[in-house]
Amino acid sequence: MEPRNSKKVLNAQGMRRALRRMASEIVERHGGAEGLAMVGIRTAGVFLAQRLARELEQMEGSSLETGIIDVTLYRDDLKRGRRHPLVQKTEIPFNVDDRKIILVDDVLFTGRTTRAALDALMDFGRPALVQLAVLVDRGHRELPIRADYVGISVHTEREESIIVHMEEMGLEDEVLLVRPQSAESP
Amino acid sequence: MALLIRGGCIVDPTQGIHEVGDIWIDKGRIHRIVLPSRGDSAAAPGPKDEVIEAKGLTVIPGIVDMHVHLREPGYEYKETIATGTRAAAAGGVTTVACMANTKPANDQGAVCQFILAKAQKEGVVRVRPIGAISRGLEGAELAEIGELKESGAVAISDDGRPVADSLLMRRAMEYARTFGLPVISHCEDPHLAANGVMNEGLVSLELGLRGIPRIAEEVMVARDLLLAEWTGCRLHIAHVSSAGSVRLIREAKERGVAVTAEVTPHHLILTDEAVRRWDTNTKVNPPLRSPKDVEALHQGLADGTLDAIATDHAPHGRVDKEVEYELAAFGISGLETLLGLSLMLVHQGTLSLEDWVRKVSCNPAKILNIPGGTLKPGVPADLTIINMERSWRVDPEAFFSKGRNTPFHGWTLRGKAVMTFIGGRKVFHESEGILATTDASVCL
Amino acid sequence: MDRVAQKGWWRKDLLGIQDLSREEIEIILDTAESFKEISTREIKKVPTLRGKTIVHLFYEPSTRTRTSFEIAAKRLSADAVNISVSTSSVVKGETLLDTARNLQAMELDVLVIRHAAAGTPHMLAEVLPASVINAGDGFREHPTQALLDMLTVRERRGTLEGLRLTIVGDIAHSRVARSNIYGFRTMGAKVRVVGPATMIPVGVEELGVEVFYDLKEGIREADVIMMLRIQKERLQGAFFPSEREYARFFGLTLEALKEARPDVLIMHPGPMNRGVEIAPEVADGPYSVILDQVTNGVAVRMAVLYLLTGGARIGVAH
Repeated sequence: MEPRNSKKVLNAQGMRRALRRMASEIVERHGGAEGLAMVGIRTAGVFLAQRLARELEQMEGSSLETGIIDVTLYRDDLKRGRRHPLVQKTEIPFNVDDRKIILVDDVLFTGRTTRAALDALMDFGRPALVQLAVLVDRGHRELPIRADYVGISVHTEREESIIVHMEEMGLEDEVLLVRPQSAESP
Repeated sequence: MALLIRGGCIVDPTQGIHEVGDIWIDKGRIHRIVLPSRGDSAAAPGPKDEVIEAKGLTVIPGIVDMHVHLREPGYEYKETIATGTRAAAAGGVTTVACMANTKPANDQGAVCQFILAKAQKEGVVRVRPIGAISRGLEGAELAEIGELKESGAVAISDDGRPVADSLLMRRAMEYARTFGLPVISHCEDPHLAANGVMNEGLVSLELGLRGIPRIAEEVMVARDLLLAEWTGCRLHIAHVSSAGSVRLIREAKERGVAVTAEVTPHHLILTDEAVRRWDTNTKVNPPLRSPKDVEALHQGLADGTLDAIATDHAPHGRVDKEVEYELAAFGISGLETLLGLSLMLVHQGTLSLEDWVRKVSCNPAKILNIPGGTLKPGVPADLTIINMERSWRVDPEAFFSKGRNTPFHGWTLRGKAVMTFIGGRKVFHESEGILATTDASVCL
Repeated sequence: MDRVAQKGWWRKDLLGIQDLSREEIEIILDTAESFKEISTREIKKVPTLRGKTIVHLFYEPSTRTRTSFEIAAKRLSADAVNISVSTSSVVKGETLLDTARNLQAMELDVLVIRHAAAGTPHMLAEVLPASVINAGDGFREHPTQALLDMLTVRERRGTLEGLRLTIVGDIAHSRVARSNIYGFRTMGAKVRVVGPATMIPVGVEELGVEVFYDLKEGIREADVIMMLRIQKERLQGAFFPSEREYARFFGLTLEALKEARPDVLIMHPGPMNRGVEIAPEVADGPYSVILDQVTNGVAVRMAVLYLLTGGARIGVAH
């Protein structure tokens, strides 16, 4: 499964540092963690949101609410003839009205997932503010969307992909840049 | 001038012939059969004689299909006498007996006469009408059976509308016996059939379709056998479909009851599994049964319990079949597949070729007491020339019949009529199509 | 990777439960569980099927099922059109092919059809490029009903594996019974049927169920009891002598219920005849999950609409 033609752009220690730095920036920008809530986008975004929440709790001593969004139902590429992904639960166990929400995703690429997540979030209420935190920004935006907090920016070609592995998935923490495979692979 | 059919394998069980020979036809009748093995010397044809080379082909007495729905008068959109008899000729059939469930029903002499007149004018093969048992096939009052016979009816039957009233059936048998007509019974207890649309069993359970149980047929077979025994009437059971019916008929025959029975090609070949495709062309009455029933039908045919193979040719229009399964009409358009389908039993060894000729030609003629079913010198030269090995694909769009309703669409069959002769005239040739209509002189 | 991808949902149509694999049933139930949350939101709507046209073609009146499908379609933002037809194509002198062509001219994406004639959804599915959902065809199948029943039981019990389900009533004329027999059996449950022999179809044992003619025996140690609605108008006099006698021998009462497990679940596809197949105290009692069934109906139908309009892959993250 481990792709041969891949390059590690972030190791476990790097990921830890990046998340800590992002947490500090959040605290700095908001003058604390008061009134903040983290919402992770399935799948890796959920783990990242939980880790960021833990960092913030350690820094500020108060507990943070977290939620989960599955953007599948809001995607703009559900078309006939293509298979839909399986839908998983969206769980936002708090009222989003007038809250400051930090959306968390692993990779920011075209911006379409973020767009879908924003639409989904709006269906739950009217937050006071929404910000975006991503572990990796790899460029190639197709929508006017930018991240407020970025763990690492990586220059990529369009055909390349970024893979985020985390302990919560049963893997070692790392971020890989994978070049397109040769013709023999499916 | 005479006609010589030269060098074909002649199969005529009525004369014990199954060998290569020549058939001489003169003035529309069989003149002479020349068999070299019996020391007959082959006369050379004269310059004016027509010669048909039949080398490698099989020549049999013309097929008699004793159970056909020609639909005319009344349902000309499904079939007419013209199209139905063309389908017959193309299928190697030289005589069809047509059922009485037309509109109006064939319950009086005038309808019989109309059918015969139409057949003389537009028909291609011989047509023998079957009269109704009851007026309007309503199962209440007897039809004018004496007049029907006088007008040409060869049997009586309420086929399609089984006679539920046992007393009426008793009277019909007594009355028909008076005129020497056989009664053909479509055996089905309408109450037990209970608006069913297919065989009752696991398949109907899974498909959620109302079932017609075997007992709906068997109860009536048992009743009619007892009535025939009681009244002394000749009884013919139409389209036997179940193992129980075969057993009952076999037992009755052993007792000496004057009963004969027929089976259709589709009941010999298909089972109710075919319904799973939701093809309404598998909807037929009696319904396609289980593999066990099919096995019993083969056995019954082989041991002589079942005397005849008949199509129950039931052509329908698109509007009757391209509808919900439960609402679709019952029936299969069968004339053009009779030969190819029933020869499957010969190819697989269930029937000898002679027995097959008995079932499709000799016996039906005998049961209806009509000419045909033999090549004895002097009889009208009705015969079918068959290529036993020809493989062909069933294409309903190429049917002569208006009814395209066949579940055998796309099947590859082995054996095909190459030529069909009525009274010595070629009415069908495989590559030339329908060649002639009959005229008054050959119709009866 | 290919092997994994093939494990998803690939069907164009949902015509019955009988031909679904355990995995396919699980995909639908899991998807339905995810969809349940949407119905609890203030804005009970997601844009997933925006621009899709769903036609509800009902040849048999059914307020419940039709409404449930309609809500499901609307929560997914599809455009739903209802066509109620009181007569079949035959009466109108139309063939089914004509009906199919007319439907296709509407450029529909999904056809939800209920018809008194079994097999009609199959016939239309064969000729229509659109997805076809069977909302009940004759006595044959009612797949979404069985799916919502399975979802309801799975929610309460965690699994269907090894459970004992008893279905009571007119098995012969019940599409709900057939679909549930297939579904619960595929999911590893044991299924029994109970009723007078007039209502137990010939050969039903071949579907892998056990037949009982005594209610108490049939529900002994049952985890789930499913009571079928008795169609009084059609059956009385022919299949059983009277409502009174039916209620006495086959009606589910508190007394009879003592035979079942103490935590037994009571289901009914509705609408109920209180006092005939089910005593009022049972219908409204603590064992009844009949309202859960209604809620789950919408979730299951959303899941089916979602899966049929695109299917699903397993193991592929976005």
